[in-house]
Amino acid sequence: MMAICTGCSLLCEDIEVDFKDGRISTTKNLCRKGLGRYRSLYTERASPRVDGREAGLDDAISRAAGLLKEAKRPLLFGWSNSTLEAQSAGLDLAQKLGAVIDDTSSFCQGELLEMVLKGELPTCTLDDVRNYADMIFYWGSDPSNSHPRHMSRFSYYPRGEKRQRGYDEDRTAFVVDVRLSPTASMIKEGFFKLAPGGDASFMESMLAALGGKIPRLQDKKKVIAMVNTMKRADFGAIFPGLGLAYSMKGRMDILKRLVDGLNETSKYSVIPMVGHFNMRGFNQMLFEKTGFINRVSFADGVEHGPKQSIIEASKSCDVALIIGSDPISALPGGVARSLAKIPTIVIDPHRSLTSELAQVIIPSALSGMEAGGSAIRMDGVRVEFEPIVQGGGSLPDVEILKRIAEAV
Amino acid sequence: MLSVMEIYQLTPKTNCKKCGLPTCMAFAVALLGKEKKVVDCPPLMEEAKYQAKREKLIEAMAPIEGASETGLIIHEEKCYGCGNCVVACPVNVANDPKGTALGFGPTNDKAILVVEDGVVKCLNVEECRRFGPNKILCNACTATCPSKAIEFV
Ligand code: SF4
Ligand code: SF4
Ligand code: SF4
Ligand code: SF4
Repeated sequence: MMAICTGCSLLCEDIEVDFKDGRISTTKNLCRKGLGRYRSLYTERASPRVDGREAGLDDAISRAAGLLKEAKRPLLFGWSNSTLEAQSAGLDLAQKLGAVIDDTSSFCQGELLEMVLKGELPTCTLDDVRNYADMIFYWGSDPSNSHPRHMSRFSYYPRGEKRQRGYDEDRTAFVVDVRLSPTASMIKEGFFKLAPGGDASFMESMLAALGGKIPRLQDKKKVIAMVNTMKRADFGAIFPGLGLAYSMKGRMDILKRLVDGLNETSKYSVIPMVGHFNMRGFNQMLFEKTGFINRVSFADGVEHGPKQSIIEASKSCDVALIIGSDPISALPGGVARSLAKIPTIVIDPHRSLTSELAQVIIPSALSGMEAGGSAIRMDGVRVEFEPIVQGGGSLPDVEILKRIAEAV
Repeated sequence: MLSVMEIYQLTPKTNCKKCGLPTCMAFAVALLGKEKKVVDCPPLMEEAKYQAKREKLIEAMAPIEGASETGLIIHEEKCYGCGNCVVACPVNVANDPKGTALGFGPTNDKAILVVEDGVVKCLNVEECRRFGPNKILCNACTATCPSKAIEFV
């Protein structure tokens, strides 16, 4: 049967799955990363627990509701691996509780995505890229690892309406990174290696070349040649990744100036390489509701700021609900220490370091396989999906959240 | 990848012609082209003094003998299943304008390269431009692989 993959924010829709004795036997078109997501159906699954002991699902849900009800400043964190339906139920719960809500974008692609959602950076869909782009630019991103089918499905290799002749004649690619990544190894002539943290000054030298000046840094001739090629392109797409997000934190105005400059003579769009399958969905939904993409407290109207980020809020909150995320292994140690001091509720299909420390564990169905719903692809396109296997006793995230909200 | 010279170094280098070829160098070329097997060299197989060479040659030839008729070797453990090779292969594209040409998985069963269970697989090898006597030295698939998971011998 046909299925979609929730292994990354490309949400590939052409996956063929065969079953044998109720289990997945073979898959077609799924990349290795996506296969890992599918195989995780059968490994490290979570089961309901309360205070370190096995419990029934109903007990776990009512204990979670009890903890949240008593909390003075509850924190609801995660969300990028949940469906839009679950995210919406989570927002309702946050408002009802007057809670702080934040997601993983808070420490990765948030800044960039916010600029895209606010219209500060022009954007387009990946289908536009496939049909029209003759210039693609990976900056601090390595799709071969993070989004394995990005280049074959959309950016470089496929034929499109205006790009019928294939990548070697129709498209040019550049890669900027601090190391010769697997992606860069395919695009050797278009690869620029930067020193760590060198993104801003490299961008400045591109801006200089764009303005007809001699760049002060880097390999001058190569930068000038690149910028001239970029100016001549009909349709360019820039894919910034985590490398750029970390290196340019707080200085994204330079990127904006570069994109604006390129758009004076050509057409350039930016699509941030968000990782988890529905991070953009959460950011978009919160933005529509509050004008902010993350770090919001509903305690007193809508408050936004660094105090409401997971990093700070984990210190000031007295209960945390963590859904579809493993902050204890993914975030700096300070967050782990703070979370270890307060009661935590984990909703997740899998066991994790975070769930090891949790007071309450509520297992959930794996979205895309056991649970249907919808999600927003990295480029803003909405994708809907149906479950392809039985949930094996776990409820979809949305049901769990609704039941918690009812019991609060 | 193994070169003709490296293989030649592991033959007896006596040009005895028992393999049916005029020289050991010709035998090395034939080994690389998969037209001969190590066992086709009687002295190497039978004479004790070539034991070390024999073992080394058999070991060196193992991946080549496991390659497809076009000489394609797949290192599954390195493959990301990214599909670059599938979409870049000109034969796949010509045979499937609504599928692989547009970046999707194959929509018919003519594809040479497909991704199954997260790794690349070679089917319909006779369709490959490198197949048979009139072969063209196409390398669109290996050139677009980010992890060197596929190569030609
Ligand atoms: S590229 Fe992403 S969505 Fe597509 S199959 Fe791989 S992991 Fe799944
Ligand atoms: S049989 Fe062996 S030793 Fe004799 S010519 Fe052929 S390869 Fe060389
Ligand atoms: S050599 Fe060419 S025709 Fe053969 S599989 Fe590779 S890309 Fe396709
Ligand atoms: S062989 Fe290379 S190009 Fe083909 S799917 Fe595997 S990693 Fe990608």
